Amino acid sequence: MFPATSVIFFTTASGAGYGLIAALGVFAALGLVAPGLGLGLFGFVLAFGLITAGLLSSTFHLGHPERAWRAVSQWRSSWLSREGVMALVTYVPAGLFALVFTFGPWLPEGQGALRPLGLLSALAAALTVFSTGMIYRVLKPIHQWANGWVVPSYLALAAMTGLMLLDLALAVFARPSQVVATTTLIAIALAAALKAGYWRFIRTSRAASTAETATGLGRFGRVRLLEAPHTEENYLLKEMGFKIARRHAEKLRRIAALAGFILPFVFTLTTLVRPAFGLLPAVLAVLSAGLGVAVERWLFFAEAKHTVMLYYGATSA
Amino acid sequence: MTSLPQGPTTKKLGLVIDLDTCVGCHACAVNCKEWNTGGHSAPLTDFNPYGAETAGVWFNRIHSFEAGEGENCRTVNFPKSCLHCETPACVTVCPTGASYKREEDGIVLVDADLCIGCKLCSWACPYGAREFDESDGVMKKCTLCIDRIYNENLPEQERVPACVATCPASARHFGDLGDPASAVSRLVAERGGFDLLPELGYKPVNKYLPPRPRRDQPGATGAPAALAALSPAQDSPSGFLGWVDRLLSR
Repeated sequence: MFPATSVIFFTTASGAGYGLIAALGVFAALGLVAPGLGLGLFGFVLAFGLITAGLLSSTFHLGHPERAWRAVSQWRSSWLSREGVMALVTYVPAGLFALVFTFGPWLPEGQGALRPLGLLSALAAALTVFSTGMIYRVLKPIHQWANGWVVPSYLALAAMTGLMLLDLALAVFARPSQVVATTTLIAIALAAALKAGYWRFIRTSRAASTAETATGLGRFGRVRLLEAPHTEENYLLKEMGFKIARRHAEKLRRIAALAGFILPFVFTLTTLVRPAFGLLPAVLAVLSAGLGVAVERWLFFAEAKHTVMLYYGATSA
Repeated sequence: MTSLPQGPTTKKLGLVIDLDTCVGCHACAVNCKEWNTGGHSAPLTDFNPYGAETAGVWFNRIHSFEAGEGENCRTVNFPKSCLHCETPACVTVCPTGASYKREEDGIVLVDADLCIGCKLCSWACPYGAREFDESDGVMKKCTLCIDRIYNENLPEQERVPACVATCPASARHFGDLGDPASAVSRLVAERGGFDLLPELGYKPVNKYLPPRPRRDQPGATGAPAALAALSPAQDSPSGFLGWVDRLLSR
């Protein structure tokens, strides 16, 4: 599948933004992160900035961006529509939560709402990322997407990057939290395990569809393309026929693993055991994870093979 | 609404494609392009049509496959267009309601005024039936020539999809596959028509007829197995011819 830059940026940035909102919501509800003006402004500007930039960027790959509002209408059947609805819905509890969290001293009557709003924001953020994952999960023609690893990976990567942003925000205001950092380490390990499981799955499993089932000509024996229908590339080949050399994929997986999981784990661990290093490890963790997750997301598209390519000479889907 | 019609549609208009008789001439694809570039989803934009890297929107594509090995290998021409599935994921994934399946005849269409061009429907289609028009910014697909089959301005015998009308080998048949008594349904039953990618569960309405078994022996034509020996010419004719023969042989 063709890795569209706008979609890679959208899922990476908004995933981190929703992860940050969920992390703030849960930890504030549990009383493990104290609300405040500085942390609130920094955290929520960052979170809403990432989410909004991501959502806007996701409209760039549309043929008709001005009609994007129509995409919220089919929530009964379409996960893309559900994602759009949830993305908009999340602004409401998250916006109120951000107000109560940030301007608590000026909103004393709102303090009782901090915990329910935090939990509600976390739930809405999680459902949004869940919907994003489901968009890919339900696409049966793409074996590398239509499997049980995809949605947990999306959720874990969003949680992991969001938690790293929270670590950074706390470090900026010199209030590093051992609980948050420890949770981050667990999230990184979980996300890495899920991604390793996903890569193992796509390496060791095969799609049920073959050139034989695609053409129904398996009764005569092995099926192969003799003549393509056209001499030049068409939309299908450009969009669905994107190929990446296996050796590049291996190299990029190693980059994704190193930048996305190993380095952020080491940097986050450093914030725990060497608080004297201050802000630097938290910043490095975020930058490294951003790069790693973007590479991971690029691979998620580039390594996905579409069933339609069986009609164009692919031997497996 | 991109929810599917409640329950299966009783009428299932579609195509039956005979892989035995298709000669791979691409006439159906050409006539499809010709009709549809002025039809419901017009235009079928072409990019750089007379230069290098030509590209454009087509609803019908003719692949050719080889199947089997050695002397049993078959060459099969394989036309492919939208199969108007009973459970089309291209419809249910559409976030705007632009993609829909008609309750009255099961035809899958795109409302170009609602389409935002997100391309998700083309990802959901395993058959490659949908092609994005970069120029219009919307997705386009086979309409089963909805502007022909119900077109009362056309003579009745022309109210079939353009691909069916033009096929010189009669390899394409159009009809109601929801009616077991229809000509197309009988053809499917007689010839063992099959679904493409049945394991994905899209339940395509269009069916494909397999190539007939190859004949390794000539069939019985009533001709004798060997020619009878000719009676040898008379060596020495008698009478007048004998006289001529003797005269000329001198």
